[in-house]
Amino acid sequence: MNTLPETKEIILEVRNLNFFYGAFQGLKNINLDIQKNTVTAFIGPSGCGKSTLLRTLNRMYDLYPGQRAEGVINFDGENILNPKQDLNLLRSRVGMVFQKPTPFPMSIYDNIAFGVQLYENLSRSDMDDRVEWALQKAAIWGEVKDKLGQSGLSLSGGQQQRLCIARGIAVKPAILLLDEPTSALDPISTGKVEELVHTLKSEYTVVIVTHNMQQAARVSDYTAYMYLGEMMEFGETDQIFMKPARQETEDYITGRFG
Amino acid sequence: MSAKTNMDPSIYAKRKRANLIGLVLSMSAMVIGLIFLLWILAILMFKGFSALSIDLLTLVSPAPGTPGGGLSNAIVGSLMIVLSCSLLSTPIGVLAGVYLSEYGDRSKSAAVTRFVNDIMLSAPSIVIGLFVYALVVVPSKHFSGWAGTIALSLIAIPVVVRTTENMLKLVPVSLREAAFALGAPKWKVSTTVVLKAAKSGVMTGLLLALARVSGETAPLLFTALNNQFFSLDMNKPMANLPVMIFQFAMSPYENWVDLAWGGALLITLTVLALNIIARVVFREKVSV
Repeated sequence: MNTLPETKEIILEVRNLNFFYGAFQGLKNINLDIQKNTVTAFIGPSGCGKSTLLRTLNRMYDLYPGQRAEGVINFDGENILNPKQDLNLLRSRVGMVFQKPTPFPMSIYDNIAFGVQLYENLSRSDMDDRVEWALQKAAIWGEVKDKLGQSGLSLSGGQQQRLCIARGIAVKPAILLLDEPTSALDPISTGKVEELVHTLKSEYTVVIVTHNMQQAARVSDYTAYMYLGEMMEFGETDQIFMKPARQETEDYITGRFG
Repeated sequence: MSAKTNMDPSIYAKRKRANLIGLVLSMSAMVIGLIFLLWILAILMFKGFSALSIDLLTLVSPAPGTPGGGLSNAIVGSLMIVLSCSLLSTPIGVLAGVYLSEYGDRSKSAAVTRFVNDIMLSAPSIVIGLFVYALVVVPSKHFSGWAGTIALSLIAIPVVVRTTENMLKLVPVSLREAAFALGAPKWKVSTTVVLKAAKSGVMTGLLLALARVSGETAPLLFTALNNQFFSLDMNKPMANLPVMIFQFAMSPYENWVDLAWGGALLITLTVLALNIIARVVFREKVSV
């Protein structure tokens, strides 16, 4: 179930990352390597900094003044925390799907095409193919293929979230960040999304934040356990869940606290 | 359901009485408000209905003393002035609203703009009329439909800016983040996603601003003035309903007074129609 790729290739390196919300320090000296074509899960109790860490990886925090990061995050040979970094380009390569489904106020087709059109010049038929491909991958093509012109808002919650995932995949990012993508979904939709994450692994690198430990155990290859802004333990998922190195990790996983 | 065993009956009775008093007071207030509204509409209908005929829309305003006539020049003139006003106010108002909501959240110039806008919202319309008179009419040495358009726009733009900004601020942050997460530049997020999401609210604001200016008289008194003849030339004084009503209402000629009532009814029906369109056509479609 949790099969690692044959060759180890690091796609994202986090070194000495510190993050501040104004005066409050949200992340303390984080060091982490994300491997290509794997699924890495961040787990931990509420407020531990897992979403904060995820949001530094595509510099989403940049939208809000007063939030700042210090340290180095190397992606594709460049430090993305460099102020000169082109944020829009970065975000087209490091995509994110959020907890709350947010379809754009456009047709289903345009929802997918919006992101693709930003950076690629596709003919109408190529765009049709890309839209179909993305919706197929998100396991929602069968449900929407006859109503691509309808508004994205006309779908159910689970469908909307799969639409948002399709939207994120359509631009073919190198890394896909998922911030608690199934928190707002029913169990059936959750199952579909987890299956999707598994199939995405062969072409993408996925980092997923989840407060559901069983989900982390099911879908991820590597797991990072965080607590109060610190990286407590990081390692292969099987090892973390069966034989954690630190007592704090074991306490959290066995439900003794958190 | 049986009553609570430890309940004090006098407290319960007092509460029921207070509830009844509150209900009676608020309903009476509503009835009083409605009575005056219905009274105004009734008088307008009663006095203006006789003037409602095809003549009102096709014949030009009559010269003093001549019988009959209509308000066609005033209707056309008002339409032209209000239409030009909407063409001028919409881009300026909406873009300013987008700036204040999306770009100017923390900047000093945005705070100043918002403040000045709020002052303009409550500026007396006669002051605005005089301002445009001094600025446009005097140098050009004649009254004109364009001056009237400018005056009405100065009243409409602050309304559009305010409603646009408010509607845009209602769009949840999560939608913006989702667009940014795809690598979209800020201007695209603001227009293609956020403005689109707030579309119906912004349209409502536009229609309500137009409904407001279509009845304004004071600004047109010093700018478009009025015109007894049919004219499509915006460079000359332009006939318009509010000033025409002002002129005709207190005159000694009976047909003029009738026409004034007819014009007042027309304006009222137009404003009513614009409000209904804004509320029915552009209501938020609630998603399941």
